[in-house]
Order: sequence, then structure tokens, then C-alpha cells
Amino acid sequence: MDWLNESIKEVINFLSNPVIYFTVVVIAWWWLMKFHRVWVQPKPMKIALIASLVFLVWALFDPNFNKEATKPDNIPIWLMSYGVAFFFWLSISRGAKNDELMAAGEPNLEKAESDKKVYTWPDLVYSELICIVAFTAFMVLWGIVFDAPLEDPANSGVTPAVAKAPWYFLGLQELLVYYDPWIAGVVLPGFIVVGLIAIPYMDTNPKGNGYYTVKDRFDEIWLFGFGFVVLWIALIFLGTFMRGPGWNFFGPFEYWDTHKVVPMNNVNVSEIFWIKILGVGLPSNILLREIVGLVLVSFYMGALPKLLLKIAKFKAIYEKMGFVRYYIFIVMFLVMASLPIKMYLRWGFDLKYIISIPEFMFNI
Amino acid sequence: MNPLRQLWNYIRKTQIWKSIFRHNYPDNPRDQSLAVLTNVFLHLHPVKTRKSGVRMSFTWCMGGLTFFLFLIESVTGILLMFYYRPTLEFAYNDIIALREHVPLGILREIHRWGAHAMVITVWLHMFRVFMTGSYKPPREFNWAIGVILLVLTMLLSFTGYLLPWDQLAIWAIAVGSNMAAATPLGGVEGPGTMLLKIGDVSLVHSGNDAKFGLLAGRFIGEATLLRFYVLHCIAIPFVVTLLIALHFWRVRKDGGISGPL
Repeated sequence: MDWLNESIKEVINFLSNPVIYFTVVVIAWWWLMKFHRVWVQPKPMKIALIASLVFLVWALFDPNFNKEATKPDNIPIWLMSYGVAFFFWLSISRGAKNDELMAAGEPNLEKAESDKKVYTWPDLVYSELICIVAFTAFMVLWGIVFDAPLEDPANSGVTPAVAKAPWYFLGLQELLVYYDPWIAGVVLPGFIVVGLIAIPYMDTNPKGNGYYTVKDRFDEIWLFGFGFVVLWIALIFLGTFMRGPGWNFFGPFEYWDTHKVVPMNNVNVSEIFWIKILGVGLPSNILLREIVGLVLVSFYMGALPKLLLKIAKFKAIYEKMGFVRYYIFIVMFLVMASLPIKMYLRWGFDLKYIISIPEFMFNI
Repeated sequence: MNPLRQLWNYIRKTQIWKSIFRHNYPDNPRDQSLAVLTNVFLHLHPVKTRKSGVRMSFTWCMGGLTFFLFLIESVTGILLMFYYRPTLEFAYNDIIALREHVPLGILREIHRWGAHAMVITVWLHMFRVFMTGSYKPPREFNWAIGVILLVLTMLLSFTGYLLPWDQLAIWAIAVGSNMAAATPLGGVEGPGTMLLKIGDVSLVHSGNDAKFGLLAGRFIGEATLLRFYVLHCIAIPFVVTLLIALHFWRVRKDGGISGPL
């Protein structure tokens, strides 16, 4: 049986490399949204939960898996992953239920009760009290079972094998692989915050206010969930469990070897264009050297918003939103879409920078 | 009548009891209303709430838990402040002392795990509000306040990360603060920063850029520790408290827990 165990682990290690992992998550997202009616029943949810727990118990016997999975500071990642999965299931299944009710001409679950009002005491304050008591018990238990870790005293002379940001920033740290710090660490967080704040002002859909639904706001849920689940939660999971020393990739059952060396042969667009295609050296003029990248990026951010209007879906969005809202939305949309695009360009073509002007530390 | 019941009835008629509680036991509509109205904490709630809105399956209780965690963090944090000195000499040793000298102590554990949990609950709260479309008019601006609170929650956690002054702390903050150095036009390694100069004199350099502002120095040191300590214990909680008040107030003013129109 040992060989079977080992080969399953090998396969899982292979399948968790960032390219396959991310692709699987993206396809899973697309599938989960498209066929949400299939898995919103309690049964598939229970099967998935039990299967994942069985897998976890089996995996915990592996010393390499066990080491990272049971680190006290990584417990929140499990709570987050299971929490997001459960509440995603809960909201979608309530939404699907409401969609059915509304399609049958009946009021949805919330509508059926929203006109009835109950006294806050006791109906609300008692639920709150029970929540507080249960949660306090949970926190005390968590505090007893897991000790807060404390490593060696701070020493800026001793570099650890891998310096990780706090876990909630690991999605951004993962993006450091594909983008320079000024984008991954400054511009993107800025866009995320501004984009989140802008959501209510961009979303002009009057439906879906105050009740769960999938049908009434399918596109909105698809996009927001893609950002939240795929680009944020899934990357945190990757960064916590599959990024080891030197931020190198390690499969979940792989030993975190501090001496692992991964060759990097990444090239810039300018090098591909001038050296590989034209067979001449890089021009000394910066603008001429980076002309292809500059055109590509200007096209992406400048021309694409208008060109996308030729697609019926974007045309409909434009008509619903109007000029100003549409352009704010499409800039946010394109910035978000640039993440997977850049990731696949790196994986597919070893592409480093589209525009590379190290003279001014301006790399995209 | 049973003597305990008699005593209880007597207590409730005393001047002291009546001066504290302005209503009888809330088992009838009048006293149920008064219980909420005459209590400064409970009056954050309306007297009556939508039935759909009090369901756990609707709210997931995540906003409430986030607030409760903020209270847990405040209480445990205040207690921890009695034992902790934010200096290079004492910071790490004080944490060691807390671990070694307090039998069965879980104060720091609850503070640390609570911080993790608060980040998760605030995300799930945002997720719930999105999935129910509760940011839609008239609640747009309250969503904006919520986003700021979410960012501040992460900053609270981030500033607290440095305080134990162990290897995990300074290297995690190093990763984060290196980002600040890459701020466009504001960090010394940011794009375009070197263009900002008068003659040969750089306007933005490692002694005044965004990273310097964050760390209170070129490197993570004692000034950083103090800066993060003050941000963590006073400055950010102060802003968060104000915004929470605003957030809750607007939930009420915008019609309470959202429901279908």
C-alpha cells in the first residue's frame, strides 16, 4: 500500500503547482456558478465536506503535510477556507431557492417575512447573546489548544528561509511573483479598496436588494466572487501551504528544502521583439526599445474599453450604466483581468515585463 | 408564595433597583420596547426588527461577531498593555515573561487568535452584505465605511504583528514595508521617484519616503516598534471606534437590517 500512498501524494504534489492549481480553481469557479443548481442541495455539500475531511485525516499522517497544516498560525487559513466554502454554499443555495420561489410567482424567503416585525427583545438580543456565549467558548478553547507562537528574538542579521507577510496579505505577496512591488504592493491594493468602495455606485441593477438570489444578479456575483474566492482566498491558500523557502513552490506533501533552486529564464517583451524576432540588439532609446510594450499596454487600458463595446454583453452594461460608470467599471475590470493574464503570460511564455524601464523603475 | 420569589419582588421595588432599571421584566410589549429603548447599548437596535433580518441564515451574525471580536481584542489588549513595554530591551522579554510566569495563561492566545478570527469574520461579513445586495441604495455610503473598516481591521492586525518582536514579526513587517518603498513617486524604489529632483538634489530619498514614514526610520528599529505600538493601541482603534459608531448609526438610519423592498 505504501507505493499507492506515495504515488497519490506525487500526483497531488504535481497537480498543486501554481499553473494547474490556479487553472483548476478558475475552471471550478466557472463550473460552480454555471451549474450552481446541482450542488446547492445539502447532499453534495455533505459529500464534499466528508470527502475533504477524510482526505485531511489521511494527509495529516504525512509528516511534510502535517508540519505546515498544523502550525498554530495556519489554523485560521483552515477556518477561512472552510468558512468561505460553507457560506458560499449557504448564500448560493438560499439564492437558488429564492430564484425557484420567484419563478413560481411566490415571494422569496426574505420577502415572505420582511413585513412581519418581531420585538428585538427577545428575538434578536437572545440570538446575539447565544452567539456571544458560543463564540467566547470557541475562543477560549482555541486559546487553550493552540499556544500563541513565539520565534527567536528579532534579528535583522538572520534572514529566515522564507519571509512571509501576514497571511491575509499572502494573495498580494503571490502577485509579487508576476508583478513588481509598485503594482502588487501599492497600485493593486489601492485599486481593490477603491474598487470595493465603488461597487454600489457602479452596480445599477435595482434587483437583488436585501435578499439572496443568483439569477437576478448572476454577473455581479460571478465577478465579485471571482475576485474574492479565486484571486484572494485561493491565492492566500496557495501562499500559505504551497510557498516555501525562497517563495518557491512546494507540493503539499513535499519537504520544504531550503536549497531548492528554480531556474528563472524570464524575458521581457522588448527582448522578444528586438532580439528574438527582429534579430537586432535593443535600441538605446528607451521609448523605442519599449515601443511594443507601450503599444500593448495603451491598447489594453486605452482602446479595449471602447472595443469591448462591440460585444453584446459589454454593450448592454454600457447602456445600463452610462458613460462615466462604464469607464470606471471597465478600468477596474481590466485591472482585475490583468492578473490572470499576466500569470498565464509568465507560465506560458516566461514573460517577465511587458514594459520594462528599469532606468525609472517602471516595470509592468 | 415562595420566600425567594418574595425577596425578588421586594428587591425590584427598592429605590436602588428602580433607579437602575426603568421597566419591569420584558415579557410584555411595553416592557420589551422599554428594555431596548432605555438601554444605551441595546438602543443601537430598533424596538422591532424585520423577522427575515433576525435569522442567522440571513445575517450569519458576522457583523456582530466582528464587533464582538473588536471588544474581545480591546479588553485583552488593554490587559496585555499592563505587561508589555514597546522597547527593544523589553518587548520580547515581556512576551516571554507572559508565557513563563502565568500558569495556564491564554490572554495572548485569545488576543492573537481573535485578531485572525476578526479578519475572517469581517471578510465574511462583507461577503454576506454583497450576496444579499445590501449595499444597494440607500446603503451605498455605509458600504464604503464598511470597506474602510475592513482595511483598518487588517491594519490593526498588521501593526500588532510587529509587537512580539520575534523573527516572524520583523520579517513579515519587512515584506510589507518594502512595498511602501515601491510607492510610485513616493517611495525611494518606486517608479518615477528619481525624476523628482531639483538640480542634483532628490526630493524623495530613503530619509523621507513612504517607507521611512511607515517605519519611522530607514530600517525596522525601536522607533518602528513605538510607532506601530501607538498605531495599534491608540490611533487605529480610535478611528475604528468612530467609524463603527457611524456604521451602526447608518444601519439604523438607512432602514435597519436590509430586506426586500
